[in-house]
Amino acid sequence: MQLSALSGGFGNAAQQSATAFRAIMNVMARPGMIETLDGAVPPKGLSTAAGSLLLTLCDPETKLHLAGDLDSQPIRDWLTFHTGAPFVPAPLADFALGAWDDLLPLTQYAIGTDQYPDRAATLIVELPALTQSGTTLTGPGIKDQAQLSLPALEPFQSNAALFPLGCDFFFTSGDKIAALPRSTKPETPPCM
Amino acid sequence: MSDYNFAYLDEQTKRMIRRAILKGLAIPGYQVPFASREMPMPYGWGTGGVQVTAACLTPDDTLKVIDQGADDTTNAVSIRRFFEKTAAVGVTQATTQASVIQTRHRIPEEPLNEDQILVYQVPIPEPLRFLEPRETETRKMHALEEYGLIHVKLFEDISQHGQIATAYAYPVKVEGRYVMDPSPIPRFDNPKMEMAAIQLFGAGREQRIYAIPPYTQVVSLDFDDYPFEASKAEGACALCAADHTYLDEVIVDDDGGRMFVCSDTDYCESRRQAGHVGAQGTPMGKDAA
Amino acid sequence: MYVAVKGGEKAIDAAHDWLAEVRRGDPAVAELSLAQIREQMSLAVDRVMSEGSLFDPDLAALAIKQSRGDLIEAIFLIRAYRTTLPRFGASRPVETDTMQCQRRISATFKDVPGGQILGPTFDYTHRLLDFKLAAEGGSPETPTQDTPDLAAERKPHVMDFLNKDGLIETAEATDDTPPDLTREPLELPANRALRLQNLTRADEGFLLGLAYSTQRGYARNHAFVGELRIGKVAIEMDIPELGFSIEIGEITVTECETVNQFKGSKTEPPQFTRGYGLVFGQCERKAISMALVDRALRWNELGEDFAGAPAQDEEFVLSHSDNIQATGFLEHIKLPHYVDFQSELELIRSIRTAATAQADTRLAAE
Repeated sequence: MQLSALSGGFGNAAQQSATAFRAIMNVMARPGMIETLDGAVPPKGLSTAAGSLLLTLCDPETKLHLAGDLDSQPIRDWLTFHTGAPFVPAPLADFALGAWDDLLPLTQYAIGTDQYPDRAATLIVELPALTQSGTTLTGPGIKDQAQLSLPALEPFQSNAALFPLGCDFFFTSGDKIAALPRSTKPETPPCM
Repeated sequence: MSDYNFAYLDEQTKRMIRRAILKGLAIPGYQVPFASREMPMPYGWGTGGVQVTAACLTPDDTLKVIDQGADDTTNAVSIRRFFEKTAAVGVTQATTQASVIQTRHRIPEEPLNEDQILVYQVPIPEPLRFLEPRETETRKMHALEEYGLIHVKLFEDISQHGQIATAYAYPVKVEGRYVMDPSPIPRFDNPKMEMAAIQLFGAGREQRIYAIPPYTQVVSLDFDDYPFEASKAEGACALCAADHTYLDEVIVDDDGGRMFVCSDTDYCESRRQAGHVGAQGTPMGKDAA
Repeated sequence: MYVAVKGGEKAIDAAHDWLAEVRRGDPAVAELSLAQIREQMSLAVDRVMSEGSLFDPDLAALAIKQSRGDLIEAIFLIRAYRTTLPRFGASRPVETDTMQCQRRISATFKDVPGGQILGPTFDYTHRLLDFKLAAEGGSPETPTQDTPDLAAERKPHVMDFLNKDGLIETAEATDDTPPDLTREPLELPANRALRLQNLTRADEGFLLGLAYSTQRGYARNHAFVGELRIGKVAIEMDIPELGFSIEIGEITVTECETVNQFKGSKTEPPQFTRGYGLVFGQCERKAISMALVDRALRWNELGEDFAGAPAQDEEFVLSHSDNIQATGFLEHIKLPHYVDFQSELELIRSIRTAATAQADTRLAAE
């Protein structure tokens, strides 16, 4: 393990993770909203927002899947040191992290069961950019409608159709974060 | 209390609760099981709400705690003190000043805004529990969306009493899917649940967390010919003259004489400060005793 | 002029001061020391440790002192403290075979290898108040007995003798990690390990009542005490850094194994079956109760019928056994409920008005 794996965590875990969680909860409660999420200084390749999210939510009790380029030794070392989360293949994951194309297909992730729909994976999608434009969102947490730059449409629509089952998504880019729970209905903007 | 972590709970426990809150928000109205911890206050006295609040609080928050709508009821005082000691957060009695409000049995009269979080203390989170005591059965009913039993119960009320005889903890359906217990708030408060703030529900002893994101559809169960009614005592507050608030009945003398006053003490006081005077009130400043 | 009641904070402070005063009692009477409680109220200490799920006699003594002798309150203090402690790991399973027994009896055999040891038991005392104890300062008149060298002899489990003949069900060893209800929400149906964890933390009175009900015919399972042993066992922990396990201390436990008559079922041959109880400290009433309830809860895996008895009903037993949960919820009805009560008042008034109006209409029509 490189020495760098030992740095970049929360200096004051209790307070920084509390502040981070507020941003995380806000975006999950208000799909389409974009918040700043920082505090962690993760290794190269992993965004500040995704790193901070993982430090806030993961520990030895959460199974983590790393997809594509993000499944690198420096990132593994850093996450192991700071969270202790075990790495698993996609179907076993509580959390999965990767670029959009690397995470596909969505059908490989846990979507919960009829009696325990909460036992579903949360996907953390690293995006090059994140803006309040593109796909129109409606559903719980959204006053009338919201827009978010989703990397695709159909997979999210199929996921929403599974409600109350399905995966939940965070999108991260730099120090920005947004979310798309399974309860949100994404639609193509009518003007396009 | 310096021996304890920020907001009392250890970080691993907070992460576990935070994960449950997120799943709760993603599946509005569904009760997420969580490994509730033993808190230094009794089960049934708000341990679920306290754990949810502890997992949400940031050092910048301003906390308000109410019980029965009042900030000065003993258990509200006790919980507020707990967080003053363990999280060193600012506290307030003013609804408009609070960023996190923990409540037992009421929703504040003042509409909440997007920057606020309302945390409910929940004794029995399962709306079907009094119809079916077994968790193994009610979990199946929720899975199959089999809510006939609760409609039968409400219908029996109507045939027996001419109305739905549920005055508080009146069941709601969230976003057309899960039937949910709104906690023992009076049914007067049910329509307020479609709000701008995040609503989180914590049941410690029963180990359940659930949530309603802002602007989520929350419908009180009813029938076309017997629509839901948000009822309250007739009349206006004797102190601030409000006729649109939930009223407590107070017995004021040995002969059983009574008066009605707002249950939301902060709301009542704000109105009186703004110059509203009820039938038995005096203008603010004169009864400061 | 009506002024709403204020002063909750002052009332709470005053109540706490008053509590401290009555806890101390008459200052002319010497204050109890924790050592006195630990040494002279040791069965209370043991109960607090067992239901508090924390083996620490000094802390249990402190909790008993702080709670004015209210053991459920003391258990609550211990539980609330315990939940804040960091976890370093899990010990290896304790080997009760190697227990240094201070008490060991079998009801199923007249004598057993290793011998029967009555130990410090109330069993054959005549329950007559001993006024000599009221005279303070007296030490026991009987000379201290020669304590047998307890550690000298390994005492095999009585149940193993039955096992050799194939007369009792084999309890299969497993390396599965048992679930932990203090870290995961209770999920039903539970496996036996989870049930046993729940039962060992359960309220003694609740288990006693359930166990008694099985004896009186509510899912009777014909239990014999195959063996009851009380004594110290070593706690060993694997230390990954060292590559071997070390003994980190010893604890006193009470273990009860029952032999239960069983005529066989659709799935199992006729043989004796087992009930098991293991509790911190000397808590033999609890350990025996636990074994009986454990056996009653095993109806399903043994292919027996569900007789509808409370002690067989896993969800009923596991959901109501914890006295901290029970007492909290029971006592919360002391809290203000006037908002809900007000809504009920309005409802009753409204229903009565409607009913009276109907009656009036009927009268008018007649």
